[in-house]
Amino acid sequence: MNGVHLEIQLLAAVVAVACALPGVFLVLRRMALMSDAISHSILLGIVLGFFWVGDLGHPLLILAATATGVLTVALVELLHGTRRVKEDAAIALVFPALFSIAVILIAQRAGGVHLDVDAVLLGEIAFAPFRRFEWNGLDLGPRSLWVMGGILALNLLAIGLFYKELKLSTFDAGLAASLGFSPVLVHYGFMTLVSVTAVGAFDAVGSILVVALMIAPPAAAWLLTDRLPVMLALSGLIAAVSAIAGFHVAIAFDASIAGSMAGMTGVAFVGAFALAPERGLVAQWQRRARQRVEFAGLMLSIHLLNHEGGARAEVENRVEHLSEHLRWSPDFARRVVRRAERDGLVVREGRDRLLLTPLGREAARHGMVQAPPAR
Amino acid sequence: MRPDPDGGAPPLAIEVNDLTVAYREQPVLWDVDVSFRQGALTAIVGPNGAGKTTLIRAILGLVPLAAGMVRILGRAPEDARTEVAYVPQRGSVDWDFPTSVLDLVLMGTYGRLGWFRRPGAAERDRAGEALEKVGMEAFAERQISQLSGGQQQRVFLARALVQDARIYLMDEPFQGVDARTETAIVEVLRELRARGNTVIVVHHALQTVAEYFDEVVLLNVRRIASGPVEEAFTDENLRLAYGGRVPFLRSAG
Repeated sequence: MNGVHLEIQLLAAVVAVACALPGVFLVLRRMALMSDAISHSILLGIVLGFFWVGDLGHPLLILAATATGVLTVALVELLHGTRRVKEDAAIALVFPALFSIAVILIAQRAGGVHLDVDAVLLGEIAFAPFRRFEWNGLDLGPRSLWVMGGILALNLLAIGLFYKELKLSTFDAGLAASLGFSPVLVHYGFMTLVSVTAVGAFDAVGSILVVALMIAPPAAAWLLTDRLPVMLALSGLIAAVSAIAGFHVAIAFDASIAGSMAGMTGVAFVGAFALAPERGLVAQWQRRARQRVEFAGLMLSIHLLNHEGGARAEVENRVEHLSEHLRWSPDFARRVVRRAERDGLVVREGRDRLLLTPLGREAARHGMVQAPPAR
Repeated sequence: MRPDPDGGAPPLAIEVNDLTVAYREQPVLWDVDVSFRQGALTAIVGPNGAGKTTLIRAILGLVPLAAGMVRILGRAPEDARTEVAYVPQRGSVDWDFPTSVLDLVLMGTYGRLGWFRRPGAAERDRAGEALEKVGMEAFAERQISQLSGGQQQRVFLARALVQDARIYLMDEPFQGVDARTETAIVEVLRELRARGNTVIVVHHALQTVAEYFDEVVLLNVRRIASGPVEEAFTDENLRLAYGGRVPFLRSAG
């Protein structure tokens, strides 16, 4: 491990966390695709800014690119507002238009400069440590680390200061408006934040992978918690861990660093999707299976109640007859009986004769008048 | 404030003059004149598409007015914001939002807090009291997606109560709720009235209008009738508002 590698990992983590924080609100506002639009159309701002000042590292570039991002949001809303076009179509119309102008301009006029298509799509985080930030001859580290660190600090500050306003206008814009918090103001303020973040991250990971960093960690975090502050913290954590893990994967397989970082956020999401304690697939399967057995236990109780004291009770209420009469597989029948015994609904007499307990009798009567709880 | 023609009578809670609201040149409300008396429970009824929700949203300043004027307690709506609490239809928000019941109720305090300030212990106490009033105190820490429809409605009501307003505007609070919730809401409405508040409710169930409300506004794009329930809520006015498809007639009920 050398200094360059450390700097790249630090930058990767900072970029990922800076993207994930506004990403939380993008996901909650159902505007995930807007990050795609912004991250592409800012290229036009970067190109125009570059033609203007002639230096890719100039702060004006960030300003111009951020403005293009906000312009994208405004254009999408303008188009959508005419009610002739749906919102997703409006997004798909606006950003390719701006992006294509940028691509044409690059091809026409920036041939020799290092604004090439690879850099646009994938960024160049591996080269970030070579562009230093120097002050009075003192080396203060990679320049992009300073830029991205500043953007992360801005995101933390803005979300910290306007947390209540962002939350309210995201959850209930109508109430926000009626309480005097302009949702439009909050919206454009927030979109400016998203644009600045996308511009900063663009340099490191390119325009497409920004979307993964903004959306995947919050989407994973939402599966793991139902509290907004926890969701913000978890998103940041997932983003940082994915970024660093992505770097090591890239080194191990000699692959693209940005690609591996984005890939790891995908892995984190799939992991949460499968294993989240309540909302994950596994938990859902387990819950369904448990409910099936519980419901079958109720059916068993009702079956026993119906035949209780009857002439055929001897035959009907034997474990091995359950598969025949209730059409349960022998294995399932055994599981149901075990569960019902554990729940105290039935007791076994002798080897396989089943008797209802008072509790089981009550459950059966209750179950017959009331539909099983819907879940 | 306007000169008061009746001398000592209190100013109107809400006064709507010549209000027209249109979406894309299609009028949703046509030249509506209506006023809401202070301290009364008023129902707004009318068929689907009559503009009931739009009327409430226009009063709140949430939709642009094509023409007309709204006064709240004799003031312009933007100067009377803290006087008005709004209970939107519960389908208007995403109940999967990652937040707790208490936190949702606390949102009602944001208006008085203004920008930057966060709710503190005093706000939390008030939110707890409001939850108690609607019988939801046991659910304070619950995630909002775990609530039933009726519970969601009661939580919305609690959120309006902590706004501590003088006028309450509610959009179909009785829509699809269980009997227990309906009773709880009616109790809260009566308590609000007893404390001198004005409550305006968009209402669907015509058979309960006379039981729950003092005044009624019959609306169908135009104002059909308004006033005390005994005077305005007549079969003839219902026919005028609902056309041939009156879902309920007084004489039959």
